[in-house]
Amino acid sequence: MDSNRKKTKIVKEIRVDAKKCVGCKACEIACSAFHAVPKFSSVNTARSRIMVVMDEMRDVFVPVRAGAYTEAECNGRNRYVIEGKEYDECTFCPASCPSRDAFKEPDSGLPLKCDMCESVPPLEKPMCVDACTFGALTYEEREVVRTEAGEVKREDMEIGLEQLVKKYGSKRVLDTLSRLQRLEHQGERRG
Amino acid sequence: MRYAETGFQLEVDLSKGSIEKVETDPRDTALYLGGNGMNAKLLYDRVPPETDPWSPDNLLIFGNGLLNGTCVPGANRVSVNTIAPVNGFFGHSLMGGFFGAEMKMAGYDRIVIQGEAPDLVYLAIYNDKVEIRDATHLRGKGMVDTQRSIQEELNDRRAWVAAIGPAGEHRVIMASIDCGNSSAARTPGPVMGAKKLKAIAIRGTKDVYLAHPAEAWEMCSRLRKELDANPNVGDWMATDEDDSFHHNNFSWGNARVRRKTFWSDSLEERWRNLKYDHMDRWTGCWNCPKACHNLISWPNRRKFSYKCYGKDTYHMASFQELDFTFEILPVAMDLGFDSYSTPQVIAFALELLDAGILTEKDFPGMPSDVRQRFYYLLHKIAFREGIGDVLAYGTSGAAAIIGNGAETFDHNTVKKFEQLPIKLGKLNPAYFLMIATGEDMAITQIEGSFPQDPITDPELKEEFIRKWVAVPDKKFHDWFRQWVKRDQLPDEAMVEICDWNECMHYLDDALGLCGFVSSFRGQFGGTTGYHVWNMPQVITHTTGIEFDKDRLWACFQRNRNLIRALNNRRGLRRHMERPPEDHWAVRNEEYEQQLLTKYYDFKGWTFDGIPTKETLERLSLGYVAEDLIKRGVLNGNEVTALKDPRAKKEKE
Repeated sequence: MDSNRKKTKIVKEIRVDAKKCVGCKACEIACSAFHAVPKFSSVNTARSRIMVVMDEMRDVFVPVRAGAYTEAECNGRNRYVIEGKEYDECTFCPASCPSRDAFKEPDSGLPLKCDMCESVPPLEKPMCVDACTFGALTYEEREVVRTEAGEVKREDMEIGLEQLVKKYGSKRVLDTLSRLQRLEHQGERRG
Repeated sequence: MRYAETGFQLEVDLSKGSIEKVETDPRDTALYLGGNGMNAKLLYDRVPPETDPWSPDNLLIFGNGLLNGTCVPGANRVSVNTIAPVNGFFGHSLMGGFFGAEMKMAGYDRIVIQGEAPDLVYLAIYNDKVEIRDATHLRGKGMVDTQRSIQEELNDRRAWVAAIGPAGEHRVIMASIDCGNSSAARTPGPVMGAKKLKAIAIRGTKDVYLAHPAEAWEMCSRLRKELDANPNVGDWMATDEDDSFHHNNFSWGNARVRRKTFWSDSLEERWRNLKYDHMDRWTGCWNCPKACHNLISWPNRRKFSYKCYGKDTYHMASFQELDFTFEILPVAMDLGFDSYSTPQVIAFALELLDAGILTEKDFPGMPSDVRQRFYYLLHKIAFREGIGDVLAYGTSGAAAIIGNGAETFDHNTVKKFEQLPIKLGKLNPAYFLMIATGEDMAITQIEGSFPQDPITDPELKEEFIRKWVAVPDKKFHDWFRQWVKRDQLPDEAMVEICDWNECMHYLDDALGLCGFVSSFRGQFGGTTGYHVWNMPQVITHTTGIEFDKDRLWACFQRNRNLIRALNNRRGLRRHMERPPEDHWAVRNEEYEQQLLTKYYDFKGWTFDGIPTKETLERLSLGYVAEDLIKRGVLNGNEVTALKDPRAKKEKE
């Protein structure tokens, strides 16, 4: 049986037109209120999963959505010049990362990630998009066809290695593996 | 649990170096709401009339509007109040932008500053962590550098910094406090300088709670969309390039010269290009669907944003064109000047030079070109050098010091405050009342609910009335229906128009709502965003305190009378309530005084313009009545103005 299959997926996309952003933070307010418990019971933009990176003196207004958490900050960064304006790479970065306090629960410090306001029943569009009256955020759903690899069965060795990693940490396991590899290599040469 | 408000205020004494977080009484919220109302109560209770405005005992209060930091669109204004050094009365000043919401999220409804630091300091607030920090290295720095330096020191680019520039540090009367794209103009700037407080940096990460979450959100989402779609709210000057109204009708120079045919299509086209060739974008304030600020990049200048009539003041004072405003505004703003009063003060000084009251000796090294003269004087005033040291007192203050006839050139102030440069022909009774009695410094902070002009076409008039839901009472419909000539309506209508206009501003300033979506915008098209019919619901859903129109109206009356009494206690009396003598060409002193009496009477005030004991007690301000009696301002037996024998005499 062919392990690669064609699949149709809906990609939810927020289109950001930074030129139209006025920096009113309505997106941040809506996001924080929607994710409050109970729903809409509070406003706190520090809890928002969207943030307008704003620097009026450089005409920088960029709404950025919280993405994946990362343990370590980048060891190098780009600086972009777009149409004469300079942007720090962090301006566009969605990561909850140690270099900044964005996208972290203010009470626990735990990372926040945008969930596109998934809820039951589903919303017509995410809250931030609905709140943006300036057209800086628009919502699109696109159908895409993807080729997906079939399900891979995990082997015993992988499960065993995973336990070793859990117990000793990946660094020690990798060190041990490379030492074993080296010994094996030396043995081959002697032989 | 407190909703919409935090229930705490931050008390900072700069003399002692003490910082305290104080819980407030929720009963006060129901009485005074927040913003200017709560600030007035604090100033009444804690700053006795003997206190000199420059003294460390004066308070400087950054008071959040009750609805700031919630989901209510357009609620972001902070009332920055103090006893104003310019005239010793309650200083009215408002700042939009983001400072208020951030203060709420830091856990405070207001910041109360008293005392005076030994040397320049700034206040750094991050939730419950509050520090008074050294700011001597920021001395003389402009707004932009100050804000940037403090953000860098705190390693927090998201902190909002409200700062004064050199003008504020030098206690210039026209100094403002700036934060991002917003300013608290005039009265509080010099007091912040006197307290040696260079800036307040604030950042908050706490929740602002809503009492009825689902209802509040549904209502606010609807309001947001309504405001967005409503062409009658927001600032037209942000997008409409036809600015013939100000240029043809307002006076140029030191409120002196009308240029009735100045505007033309070709000028409009030229200025439109000038603006859009240099404009980066429109910017807005916290949670507002209107973007009223224009962000401008001008060659060899830092970016700056302006709003509304701030676009016109410098070039109109100097008889130049828009390019001059774009060139000088970023410099003036960075020095920390208010753009309404400052150009008038400079024009006043140059007029005195022309008239020979000041001489070349007073302006050593001043260039001959008028543009360069404005820069020269800006710097002289900001750093109080030479004649700048005198002009730093504002038009009235400087005129009194200069003397020698300079007083007659101070022709556009009320209670020592520079007014908009409007000089018209025929007396407008409602505007007479607003300008004479208003305690909000400028007409734009008083007018706004009732239209400025009648509609003559009967069909259009009826259509306007049909859509006019904001009217608090049907009688305004009737008056509008019978209204044909601007200055002709019954006196009681003029009095009540003034009262309603005031009401909306007082409510906005206590709630944090911007006048551009509320009090100032009813007069154009009649469909403003907020009015006494929807405000109660907004307050109830966000705060959980039950409100209706009557209770809300009583809050307006309470705050209005409290501020009035505070000013009466500091010497405000009837004889000071005079619009500039040349505001209208044709005057009628007798009629004006009769009108003033009727207004005082309607307000429940004495012939001298002081709230009577009964008026104060009716508004739960019995403690104010007691105090006024104790101080001899009232004897307790006064009657309202029309019952006063002097009113009868006036009539005869």
